[in-house]
Amino acid sequence: MTVTADARVPRPTHPFFAFLLAGAVPLFLGALLSDLAYGSTAEVQWSNFAAWLILGAMVFTGLALLWALVALLRARPRKGWPLLCFVLLLAAFALGVVDSFVHARDAFAIMPAAPILSGIVAAIVGLAALAGFSSLRSGESR
Amino acid sequence: MKRLFAAALLAALASGCGQDAGTDPVQYGADPQLPRQQRGLVPSMKIADPAPWGDARPTVPQGYRITAIATGFGIARQTLVLPNGDILVAEGRGGGERALRPKDIIAGFIKAKGTSQAKSGNRLTLLRDADGDGVYEGRTVFADKLNAPYGLALVGGQLYVANQDALVRFDYRPGQTKASGPPVTVTLLPSQINHHWTKSLAASPDGKFLYVGIGSNSNITERGMAAEVDRAMVWQVDAATGAHRPFATGLRNPTALAVQPGTGQLWAVVNERDELGPNLVPDYLTSVREGGFYGWPYSYWGQNVDSRAQPQDPAKVASAIRPDYGLGSHVAALGVAFSSPAMGPLFAEGVFVGEHGSWNRSRPSGYKVVFVPFRGGRPAGPPVDVVTGFRGADGKTRGRPVGVALDPRGALIVADDLSNTIWRIVPERRSPAAEAPTRPAAPAPRADPPATSAPY
Repeated sequence: MTVTADARVPRPTHPFFAFLLAGAVPLFLGALLSDLAYGSTAEVQWSNFAAWLILGAMVFTGLALLWALVALLRARPRKGWPLLCFVLLLAAFALGVVDSFVHARDAFAIMPAAPILSGIVAAIVGLAALAGFSSLRSGESR
Repeated sequence: MKRLFAAALLAALASGCGQDAGTDPVQYGADPQLPRQQRGLVPSMKIADPAPWGDARPTVPQGYRITAIATGFGIARQTLVLPNGDILVAEGRGGGERALRPKDIIAGFIKAKGTSQAKSGNRLTLLRDADGDGVYEGRTVFADKLNAPYGLALVGGQLYVANQDALVRFDYRPGQTKASGPPVTVTLLPSQINHHWTKSLAASPDGKFLYVGIGSNSNITERGMAAEVDRAMVWQVDAATGAHRPFATGLRNPTALAVQPGTGQLWAVVNERDELGPNLVPDYLTSVREGGFYGWPYSYWGQNVDSRAQPQDPAKVASAIRPDYGLGSHVAALGVAFSSPAMGPLFAEGVFVGEHGSWNRSRPSGYKVVFVPFRGGRPAGPPVDVVTGFRGADGKTRGRPVGVALDPRGALIVADDLSNTIWRIVPERRSPAAEAPTRPAAPAPRADPPATSAPY
């Protein structure tokens, strides 16, 4: 078995980064579905669900964003999948903050912004996950 | 750099509110200016920054004097002046709803910064000035182990107390300093969640009925419509049986009730909804019509629809009554009392209103006691500042007025639930004539005299 000394040999995505990326997607998706349910029923509990799901999603997205930033800084060259993943997570986080504030409004004041924002963020974070899983970490020792 | 970024972010968030430019609209009286609804990402906010009074005192008009007659209460809310001049102070803090959303945790933390940290007293304290020199040397606990008492009313020999979960009754003999026993429950009151927990109270002139103000369980139905059953209304309670029925509905938070001397008409001050911008919705003073619907949650100030409340009810909106008199947005009127000529010619006819002060405005409003002059038994003219200086020029808040009560001998009693002080405002040069009953505070279309001591 040959062990290469080249630190640039690509490795697959780190399991914890994969966990963060994969975790954020269903949480934002759940928020979107809850928002849609609230929009059609005016049952306020759906809006409460959405607010908590977004909070959870933001924890995952925030940690994933930090991870992606470090990965980007360590990547050579600093472009391609790592850059795309970072940019998408940054966009998802920024819009997620706005989505959180929208969900802090009372009752139907969250409409129609809530499902629109949650939908966009869910899509972006989904793309970020795809980009994250497509990027290959450089194999420096940890 | 980081600060700059934070400032830019905050500015961006607040810009949606776009509110605080220019002058405020005129929002008192029968026809307040109602600007368009504004919903930024974060509501316009300024939380009171508490500071001790030190040597500072609230400001009163020339010719009046203010003194602190007692302090150190477990949250002083409402007061009742008994026929012998003793003052009962209801102390307590109720509510304590669980946080439903992330917002509730954050907003609760922020708003708590502007209120007293004192423990809830859950009692009635009696203050006595035996020799009439304006110094209340006597102080006893009249009753304790109550559950956030708020509204108070005396009907003959019965003292009614509106706890946050029940209307209760004590026997009362003139001169008593301590209740003779535990209270009797007249009726339970709606208390689930208890977002707006204060239960205001007034008695009909004949003493047969009690009116209980019950606040909504949310700002604007964000806890669901089901949480609002039996909320945002005034109950009429049969004093003898405890039987009750809604007397008027759609009153978001009727924080204080008063019966007009002479006419027997019920009046209320009502706190309106938040988070529609700094200039919506005006809190108001209104006569309360039997069977009347005042809009909440579907609409405000008559037919102005609030689409946050869903599903809407167009029939209810169409029936919504416009209140009598706007007090200004977010002033948080928590006290109302009819005046009498004993308070001097400036305040001979009208009501005093205690304004706890705003949070949902970057330019604070309220934080004072105003006088709404009446003519012919109806509000007439702009409100007059009576007690100000609760919020100092330094931006610190030293007190927040809640209940106001009239001592018929010629004094205004103001409860302050931040410094937990009872303030007493008297006309300075009182002639003996002012002590004697002169003319009625309002025209009396009905000749029958009040059979009871009206709960001012």
